[in-house]
Amino acid sequence: MSAKTPSKLEKIMAAGHLGVTSECGPPRGSDPDTIREKAELLRGYVDAVNVTDNQTSVVRTSSLATCIHLKLMGIEPVLQMVTRDRNRIALQSDILGGASFDIFNLLCLSGDHQSFGDNPQGQNVHDLDSMQLVWTARKMRDEGKFLGGADIKRPPQMFVGAAANPFADPFEIRVPRLAKKIEAGAEFIQTQCIYNLDKFEEWIRLARERGLTEKTYIMAGITPLKSAGMAKYMKNRVPGMDVPDEVVKRMADTPKEKQAEEGVNICIETIQRLKEVDGVKGFHIMAIEWEEMIPDIVKRAGLYPRPEVD
Amino acid sequence: MIVADKKPVEEIIEYVKDAGKILVLGCNECVTVCEAGGKKEVGILASSLRMYFANQGREVVVDERTLERQCDHEYLEEIRDIADQYDAIVSIACGVGIQFTAEKYLSIPVYPGVNTCFLGVTEQRGLWTERCQACGSCILAYTGGICPVSRCAKRILNGPCGGSTKGSCEINKDLDCAWQLIIDRLKAIDRLDLYEKMFHIKDWSTDRAGGPRKVVREDVQI
Repeated sequence: MSAKTPSKLEKIMAAGHLGVTSECGPPRGSDPDTIREKAELLRGYVDAVNVTDNQTSVVRTSSLATCIHLKLMGIEPVLQMVTRDRNRIALQSDILGGASFDIFNLLCLSGDHQSFGDNPQGQNVHDLDSMQLVWTARKMRDEGKFLGGADIKRPPQMFVGAAANPFADPFEIRVPRLAKKIEAGAEFIQTQCIYNLDKFEEWIRLARERGLTEKTYIMAGITPLKSAGMAKYMKNRVPGMDVPDEVVKRMADTPKEKQAEEGVNICIETIQRLKEVDGVKGFHIMAIEWEEMIPDIVKRAGLYPRPEVD
Repeated sequence: MIVADKKPVEEIIEYVKDAGKILVLGCNECVTVCEAGGKKEVGILASSLRMYFANQGREVVVDERTLERQCDHEYLEEIRDIADQYDAIVSIACGVGIQFTAEKYLSIPVYPGVNTCFLGVTEQRGLWTERCQACGSCILAYTGGICPVSRCAKRILNGPCGGSTKGSCEINKDLDCAWQLIIDRLKAIDRLDLYEKMFHIKDWSTDRAGGPRKVVREDVQI
């Protein structure tokens, strides 16, 4: 696969390197310094930084505005867009807005249901679904056309991605669904956080058998556990999350003051094992409100220094 | 059918507390089946209102009537001669019947006695569940006869999302994941091949997005 956009993330993976991304959750306020401080922790350790779009349906500074802050700092953003809050007019418009600031990466998602957030009485939109948003973004880029058919002056040049959750049900359609996302135009995939490595490896084996790992860059989702409590919460409360009992036990058996360190150890071991898996083209390390751990994780996982590309 | 649920009587009392003569108007169709607005419920609501006014020491007449339907001119005309007597009509038909009654009897306040909920089925006595959102452009041929528009919390046309867990929706364990049902059904009819094709962007102009809708059938017009 050769790079089709100016995206640094795409160029790095196209050159055969493992890509590394992390994420920056926008603040519950408008202070740009919080964004800059978080992003600064990641500078040089990741190829691009995902900016979440009102994650868990809690109102935050917009993903697009936060991406612009990152871009102005010289850090490459991945603009996350959910289909929950905007119709096709607003989605296309925000893609153009991002493109006008030369944002080169887009991740298309449906978004958590609004009942999880701070406005459970709100409407959701879902005019398009995530797959259709991928298709839309690719049409805008490759054909230079809006959904309505008109030409776009200076079309967006975005590396277009989607998410995949190998652990959600029913398992048997998880690979067919990945195939559909790729058919829709997903050039990279960031997965749900992986704790059940056997199941992930089974999923990617099936994807390989269908030739899908040659058609898209699969970035394995990694989230370091901060505590045994977090492991239990992720296991029991987060829909579509698969945290095996042995991972929970390993965290719970560790003295409280050492649990964060143990969580990072698990995370490093996961990366080390998955680096050897055929079809894994990178890592998406989501250290939720724990961005300061990213440099250490990237270094210890042997992913530092990050490659330079033109 | 159109499924409705009773409004709290306190809310209805608030609407009609100043009236001297009230008609509680039921409907013999869907709301009778879902036990929210039929003859039986007309009786119960009328009794509750009478008790309230009696406790207040007020003499208020509360009459009862149940029409065959409130969504047809023909049946709504049956109260033409008596409607003027009332200070308020509480309709416990669905929102369609309430509105048609209001349109027809312009000078009389018409209040809703139910909340109209959805188009659905009686799964069992006392349990009604949604099946259709009347999007105006049916896709059931491609989804094994299970509707993702009405039954997926995100109305995802290319599901299931990453929150589908053991057959349940991410928003509520007691809610079936529509896409799990679709896949089970496609397997049962040996049409899992339908799943493989991306569902293209839907034209929502036939949904509420296109504004209030009409069906015009000149072939059956008189």
